[in-house]
Amino acid sequence: MIQDTAIGQKTYLSIDKLWKAFGSFLALKDISLDINDGEFVCFLGPSGCGKTTLLRAIAGLDLQTKGTVMQDGRDVSNLPPSERDFGIVFQSYALFPNLTIEKNIAFGLENTGRSKSEIAVRVSELLDLVGLPDQGSKYPAQLSGGQQQRIALARAIATKPGLLLLDEPLSALDAKVRVHLRHEIKELQRKLGVTTVMVTHDQEEALAMADRIVVMNHGVIEQVGSPTEVYREPANLFVADFIGEMNQIESMVAKGGRLSVGEKTFACHPHPFPDGTAVIAAIRPEDIIPHEDGYTSEDPNRNCIDVLLNEMEFLGSFWRCRLQNERFGQSELIADFSINAVRRLGLGEGRKMVIELPTDRLMAFDRPEAI
Amino acid sequence: MADVTDYANLPDGPVVKGKLSRDDIMMRGGMLVIALYLVVTLAFPLYAMLSKSFSTFRFDLSQYEFQVSDENGVFDGTVLNGAELNAQTGVIDEAELSTGSDGRIGVTGFFPDFSFRSPVMYQIRNTSDQGRFLVGSTLQDGTDWVTLDSNTFRRVQLRPVKSTGFDNFVNYFSTPALFNSIKNSLWIAVVSTIVTVTLAFWFAYALSRSCMRFKGVFRLIAMAPILVPSLLPGIALVYLFGNQGMIKELLFGASIYGPIGIVIGSIFFTFPHAFIIISTALAISDARLYEAAASLRATRWRTFWTVTIPGARYGLISAAFVVFNLVITDFGLPKVIGGQFNVLAVDIYKQVIGQQNFEMGAVVSVVLVIPAIFAFAIDRLVQSKQVALLSARSVPYQPQPNKRTDTLSFIYCTLVGLFIVGILAVCQFAALIKFWPYDLSLSLNNYQFDKMDGGGWGSYYNSIKLGLLTAVFGTAIVFFGAYLVEKTKGFKTGRALFQMFAMLPMAIPGMVLGLAYIFFFNNPSNPLNAIYGTMAILVICSVTHFYTVSHLTAVTALKQMDREFESVSASLKQPTMKLFSRVTVPVCLPSILDISIYLFVNAMTTVSAVVFLYSPKTSLASIAVLNMDDAGDIAPAAAMGMMIFYTNAAARIIHLIVSKGVLMRTQAWRTR
Repeated sequence: MIQDTAIGQKTYLSIDKLWKAFGSFLALKDISLDINDGEFVCFLGPSGCGKTTLLRAIAGLDLQTKGTVMQDGRDVSNLPPSERDFGIVFQSYALFPNLTIEKNIAFGLENTGRSKSEIAVRVSELLDLVGLPDQGSKYPAQLSGGQQQRIALARAIATKPGLLLLDEPLSALDAKVRVHLRHEIKELQRKLGVTTVMVTHDQEEALAMADRIVVMNHGVIEQVGSPTEVYREPANLFVADFIGEMNQIESMVAKGGRLSVGEKTFACHPHPFPDGTAVIAAIRPEDIIPHEDGYTSEDPNRNCIDVLLNEMEFLGSFWRCRLQNERFGQSELIADFSINAVRRLGLGEGRKMVIELPTDRLMAFDRPEAI
Repeated sequence: MADVTDYANLPDGPVVKGKLSRDDIMMRGGMLVIALYLVVTLAFPLYAMLSKSFSTFRFDLSQYEFQVSDENGVFDGTVLNGAELNAQTGVIDEAELSTGSDGRIGVTGFFPDFSFRSPVMYQIRNTSDQGRFLVGSTLQDGTDWVTLDSNTFRRVQLRPVKSTGFDNFVNYFSTPALFNSIKNSLWIAVVSTIVTVTLAFWFAYALSRSCMRFKGVFRLIAMAPILVPSLLPGIALVYLFGNQGMIKELLFGASIYGPIGIVIGSIFFTFPHAFIIISTALAISDARLYEAAASLRATRWRTFWTVTIPGARYGLISAAFVVFNLVITDFGLPKVIGGQFNVLAVDIYKQVIGQQNFEMGAVVSVVLVIPAIFAFAIDRLVQSKQVALLSARSVPYQPQPNKRTDTLSFIYCTLVGLFIVGILAVCQFAALIKFWPYDLSLSLNNYQFDKMDGGGWGSYYNSIKLGLLTAVFGTAIVFFGAYLVEKTKGFKTGRALFQMFAMLPMAIPGMVLGLAYIFFFNNPSNPLNAIYGTMAILVICSVTHFYTVSHLTAVTALKQMDREFESVSASLKQPTMKLFSRVTVPVCLPSILDISIYLFVNAMTTVSAVVFLYSPKTSLASIAVLNMDDAGDIAPAAAMGMMIFYTNAAARIIHLIVSKGVLMRTQAWRTR
């Protein structure tokens, strides 16, 4: 596992050996995780991986079967939600439909010793903060989805909780609104400095927003790291495959740690596997470098191979190309070439060309057990 | 990747036990209170009834000994045993020895020479501590000889011995007059079900699949019978086909008093129930299936059998069992028009009110509960499948104008509508006629209820009071209970039990519930005995009787609420009751109003449960209809029945206006 390199100074939330069983199904298996003060952490994983279960255990909405949760030095493991310190935003917004926006935001401020005028001041402050200053007297149904989600956020942070929990807050929104709002939420979180945990299944969202990403699968944490770490240095094939695209080629570890595919061996990123291990060689499509046909390099550490450009697909900002080389058997390599490169090299379907698999971007992973 | 075996990997160490918040404790407490209400008002009475059906009372003549003196009052010491005396004289036959808890039997018959004027003295005693007999009203339970002159001796009454067993059931099934009712009840229930479901199906079909006019009017007419007691059509039928009926010739000599009357009346009062269920089922039919059928060139006939009927089958089955249940448990209608045709529900009444044989009443109740629970269980099963169909994304069917279909539909609906309106019109007409068939002038004499048996106008006001109290308390209890059971976290067993109790009332016929209440609440050793004979017991009984449908309405409304409201409220550290009063109740207000009107209308029309429970001070309008009819005051009975109709219709209209007003004021958020 890759070392924790988060920005925070001191641990705010500490999860220790958490287990959750639903009947005979284990939703969480021995989860341990420290989250620092002011950090924005994303739980990322496919549906059913346990990320929401973990969030609800942190909130006390569904208690874990075993294990402890410490928040701000206090053991909150068995406390009901009302005795913990957090604000929460759900995918459904869960705004009270019969209360105006103002009343929704003020809901948590009432019965806390604040006077009516104090509450009114705080509510308008919050409305300004989420950029909806004039909407206070409307009802939730009169706002757009994105606006409703901002109100839900304002309601959650109204009482200045120490921890903000976001359960797939953007999943119900249009793609455009989603991109816009994730930026806003991130800005707001930075401004308030509130420790935040967000659950999402959208890798792009996690990469764009999180200080650290917790990648989960089947109830365990696969990797914890900054967005660049989990993207560039995935801990295993699951993470590599789940976040971004990844070419996977079956290969063997040859002498000197090189990876052999067919007759050819390739230099690669350092890995722990002994010679003769069956592994998966992996490289991201955008890491493949295109060269014109006939390009050669004598350097054995530059992995150049001849390929046939089978198919090109225009995806707006780049071309997705399917490349074939007999050595790789039936499977094709997928490469993303910039529009510039395609123009410069005059690439087209059916062209022969040379590609380079940069040594430090070619990685080796354990082969998954047969499923 | 296989994680099946991982369960064994759960490490040792303590399982986290959640600490309950104050809200959790309060909600569980509240749920227990309402569960307790259901236990006390439903489970305990039913248990009391069940145990009553198994308690048998029997005169044990061998427990008594007698001595007879000569003319001078001198006893010669000859001891005569009661059983032997009876064997010699045969005055009491075997059947008479089985009796109820109030059974009494005289003993002078054992002595053929007995004369109350003779100077002969008699002695009687119990041979065991179990034996009991009365001298006048004095209970004798000792084993000493009691010496009595002949005039007092004739006032000796033996009392039965109580034991537990199947005797009552044996008795029941060996009395043809009683068990024939099972056949009768099943017979009329089956016939009424077939006819009603068929009529209601075509009615609903015409409304949903044609483009005829006045659909709204027909819908309204179809629902009208729900507003009147089930016995009202019986009164109309008496006027139409009775001994002095307006058109009794149409029956060609057959008598309306009996199965014919019960079936026609049952069709009337069960029609709306079947219609609602079937039209819901037809409404969810998918238009795309019809388009597919049309594109495959299926004939209309084939489309009907391959698309329409399969789509509505759960609705049809459900409607059939609901109607069956309503008919077999109904009491008012067969009471009014059943004549000599005995059915189970009326048997209960006759046994309890007529013969004071409570044990036999309990036995008939148990017999009646069996088909009722069976029908209820099948209905629930089918309903759950219907819901599954509903969740599919379907395109609503839009009928195309078709002259022939539309005309046929219109004619059919008009005929059915005439039947329903006709029954009501006959009742109203009967109420206004001075003295059918001799003086046909109009008058309001029949509205002078105070001059009739049945409680007068007081009973009408009592009914309104009962309706309002039932609506207010019932809605509060039901909605709060549904909220707690839906939103309490954890506590699975408790919630499952609560759900079961909430469903139970629907399976219990009103007559059975009422009788069970007598057994439970009229027991002097019950601390709740004080409410017996008051308005309170009528309210409690009505709330419990109509609990299930109200509960289901509330649960449906609550399920539509975002399930995370409670989580948000807890995270904001606000008490759950604040959420309940500020959000849950206002959002669910339309459903809450629906529950209250349902309870009001049913409390106004119910006869079955309350017929055992009213007292002279708390007589009800529906009971008054029954009693006035019983006393031969049929016209006033019709008048009172129509008063119930108008009251319920008015209540419906007020409900509509209030709902609209409330919606405008508190539900502004619904409109964008």
